[in-house]
Amino acid sequence: MPACRRSGRFRFGFLMVLFTAMALLAPIAVQAAEDLESLVAELGAAPLPKKDEVVQRMIATGAPEVVTILEALVERDLYTRKSDEKVVIGRKASGGLMLLDPVTGEELGVVGSRDVSRVTTNNSLRSSVKASMGALTLMSPDPQRRLEAADGLLKSSDQTMLPLLEQALAKEQDAAVLNALQLAEASIKLQSESAEVRLSGVQALSDRTDPESRVMLSRLLLKDGDVWREPDENVRGAAEETLASMESRLRMWRTVEHLYQGISLGSVLLLAAMGLAITFGVMGVINMAHGEMVMLGAYTTFVIQEGFRSAAPELFGWSLAVALPAAFLVSALVGVAMERGCIRFLYGRPLETLLATWGISLILQQTVRSIFGPTNREVGSPEWMQGAMESVAGITLTYNRLYIILFSFCVLCAVLLVLKKTAFGLQMRAVTQNREMARAMGIPTGRVDAMTFGLGSGIAGIAGVALSQIDNVSPNLGQAYIVDSFMVVVFGGVGNLWGAFAGAMSLGVVNKLLEPWAGAVLGKILVLVAIILFIQKRPRGLFALRGRAVES
Amino acid sequence: MGKLTKWKGALAAAALGVAAMAGTGAAQAQDTIKVGVLHSLSGTMAISETTLKDVMLMLIEDQNKKGGVLGKKLEPVVVDPASDWPLFAEKARELISKEGVAVTFGCWTSVSRKSVLPVFEELNGMLFYPVQYEGEESSRNVFYTGAAPNQQAIPAVDYLLGAEGGEAKRIVLLGTDYVYPRTTNKILRSYLNAKGIADADIMENYTPFGHSDWQTIVAQVKEFASQGKKTAVVSTINGDANVPFYKELANQGIKAEDIPVVAFSVGEEELAGLDTGPLVGHLAAWNYFMSVDTPENAEFIKTWHAFIKDEKRVTNDPMEAHYIGFKMWVQAVEQAGTTDVDAVRQAMYGQKVKNLTGGTAVMNTNHHLSKPVLIGEILEDGQFEIVSATDDVVVGDAWSDFIPESAKLTADWTYPWVCGNCEKPRFAAQ
Repeated sequence: MPACRRSGRFRFGFLMVLFTAMALLAPIAVQAAEDLESLVAELGAAPLPKKDEVVQRMIATGAPEVVTILEALVERDLYTRKSDEKVVIGRKASGGLMLLDPVTGEELGVVGSRDVSRVTTNNSLRSSVKASMGALTLMSPDPQRRLEAADGLLKSSDQTMLPLLEQALAKEQDAAVLNALQLAEASIKLQSESAEVRLSGVQALSDRTDPESRVMLSRLLLKDGDVWREPDENVRGAAEETLASMESRLRMWRTVEHLYQGISLGSVLLLAAMGLAITFGVMGVINMAHGEMVMLGAYTTFVIQEGFRSAAPELFGWSLAVALPAAFLVSALVGVAMERGCIRFLYGRPLETLLATWGISLILQQTVRSIFGPTNREVGSPEWMQGAMESVAGITLTYNRLYIILFSFCVLCAVLLVLKKTAFGLQMRAVTQNREMARAMGIPTGRVDAMTFGLGSGIAGIAGVALSQIDNVSPNLGQAYIVDSFMVVVFGGVGNLWGAFAGAMSLGVVNKLLEPWAGAVLGKILVLVAIILFIQKRPRGLFALRGRAVES
Repeated sequence: MGKLTKWKGALAAAALGVAAMAGTGAAQAQDTIKVGVLHSLSGTMAISETTLKDVMLMLIEDQNKKGGVLGKKLEPVVVDPASDWPLFAEKARELISKEGVAVTFGCWTSVSRKSVLPVFEELNGMLFYPVQYEGEESSRNVFYTGAAPNQQAIPAVDYLLGAEGGEAKRIVLLGTDYVYPRTTNKILRSYLNAKGIADADIMENYTPFGHSDWQTIVAQVKEFASQGKKTAVVSTINGDANVPFYKELANQGIKAEDIPVVAFSVGEEELAGLDTGPLVGHLAAWNYFMSVDTPENAEFIKTWHAFIKDEKRVTNDPMEAHYIGFKMWVQAVEQAGTTDVDAVRQAMYGQKVKNLTGGTAVMNTNHHLSKPVLIGEILEDGQFEIVSATDDVVVGDAWSDFIPESAKLTADWTYPWVCGNCEKPRFAAQ
């Protein structure tokens, strides 16, 4: 590869680093640049369906600036200046947009966003531009670029690119790019004139199960009217065979995927229900405001994130770590206030407790609505929680769910430790099992009640932090989980954390196994019916507590 | 002692509140025209409907600055049906019988509209309904200023099937499980069949309200799309369930360029509360986008920001629907010279108001508007880039041509039809 030349025409070193691949192309010709200028103007003026053709002509000029311009087009950074209809590149700057001349890269000053109008693109134009650009960025030193180039080639399946692609394949070190290049190679081969090459393309896909390869193979087996898309019978046969073997391998993996989804739903249920397992399970308080504790945790996350956004955006990845203790504290304090201010007067009167806590839940909801407004609030996910693990087997495990599974297990362990290994846990269990005796032994039962309720609410707050990552942060957040939480606790067995764990996991898995087969609505109904039948048979749930407290 | 003073304080506050309410009651002058605003300000729908209440207050305030209507000031009467469908009917009755409102602007969900419909018909009230809906209805007492299916769903599907939208050959219909998605998808299925897309290439799936665990369904969509034909998703997923849905799409690596999702219930207001990163490039079909560059729209946005005192608030399609509906009602009242419901209704037909997006909206005799249809792609900043627009306004169709039993029906409230769902005119043509 020829060395990268820093041309005087480019003032932006950072752009240059990205576009070393352009050095491969023809040297800059003044003629081409002039041509390019009129083509860029044409690109701005052309209606959407005509734009692709202009793009092709731009690529044909071979000018190195084309990559920058097309990049800008795809990134929606290409604008028309309203004052003189000139097409420019706009980059975000303080006070609006910094305009750059697309051809010379010269700075044209900062303007407000109302002074320019964006050159419109749509999905099909962008994807065709990306495909055409594949040839230009295949040799880029940036793996992300090469990955995009490979994806582009996969879409364009341009026969002339095969030699270049093979060169790239021989050199490639990055696993993800290699994978994409192999796919692109197979795709180009499948479009070849010669049946032999097409057959080799099919064979190249035989070890894979990812959706892209399945798309390519199934395409060979389609008919346009009465004509097969793939004329050669051997190739069709091979494709069919490969697809069938993929399917059989996938079947097992799909079950794994469903199990994963079930466990992930289960861990969400577990998180939401764990606090309730303490307040309802251990203390016997029917706390209808439990969901609102979850919501308060989510809103705390929002407030903390806003703080991070304005004070230290570079530390945003840590916002959740700060939000966890904050959410615990906020919800725990509200919980303690609730217990001291209202619930303690109602012990032993479940109906009144239910009504009072329901009232509190409405108050909390409307308070949040008045402070933060009725609309959803934006809670961002840190980088490391976005995206998915794409396994070779073609199943996807999303990171946010993965972390939530791990997180819920951690919280469960922590709560178990508190209950079993600390003095507070001991007092709490003592008060639950026999209040009179505990008081006689000198345990301040009132304080233990408040602390217990605070612990349960605080855990709900922590759950809110996790749920803010997968659900809406709105005043109604809590309502969505209250029924599920009670279901888990009652099903699992009141007063038992392991029961809540088993209940949450089994409900999650059963729900997810039913869903593809029965649909989300019917699946939920079936689960509810099953629980009703189960409770008839075992009114105390999966793991019933035995002892004096239960009988009383 | 401390406790006692607190109670006293609370009592005093309560007394003050009562006094304030009584005060407003006394201040109500005799010579005003009452306008009912029936939108949920609490409960699940508050997220969408509160804004519509605010926009009505803005429009009324604006009109009063111009001197009101027929020389009288307009007086808004705001009630809160609290996202509770039966309560909608009660509040509607209260507005018409007790408050004596001349007109009501309200409702969002179809189920709330169905709930108030008998009340408006019984008491001969007038309702302006501002939200896109499933059609299959035309009441004498309701003006539908939102889009009918042929003004939103059908053009959106046309776009997906056309060259610009990527020539989709397989369509996934995802929806929340209630009347609007089910009816819209019924219409779309028969439309797609007519376009040569077989039932095997259509996947239909419904989820409960507020569904948050989309893993299985997104995996199913991915699977459905891996059969070699270009696939697109048409989403009638309602409100809150959308955020987790798009998050899951993005996390599972589905890009808008591969499987575009066109949504009918996602607008600027819904996008304002979420991280738009995962949604960029997905589509929505509406009659209005905040990003449309017209002087009328710029003026509207300016007024809205000044009224709500927040530069960050967005405008959306149902707000424009209320804007058009309110202007038309004002014009019709002035033309009729009275607020009498029957007279105003007659004056409504053919009433013209300039759209905020250009062109002119016309009220048709089937109580639906003629409006342009726009398709936009979601941008990073929660706004839409318009990628397709109809050349002219589209006449709202009360009864879909794609449901055989509805295709026969006509809605026309002028002579000789005078009917919302008839196969033959009620009166013989002269």
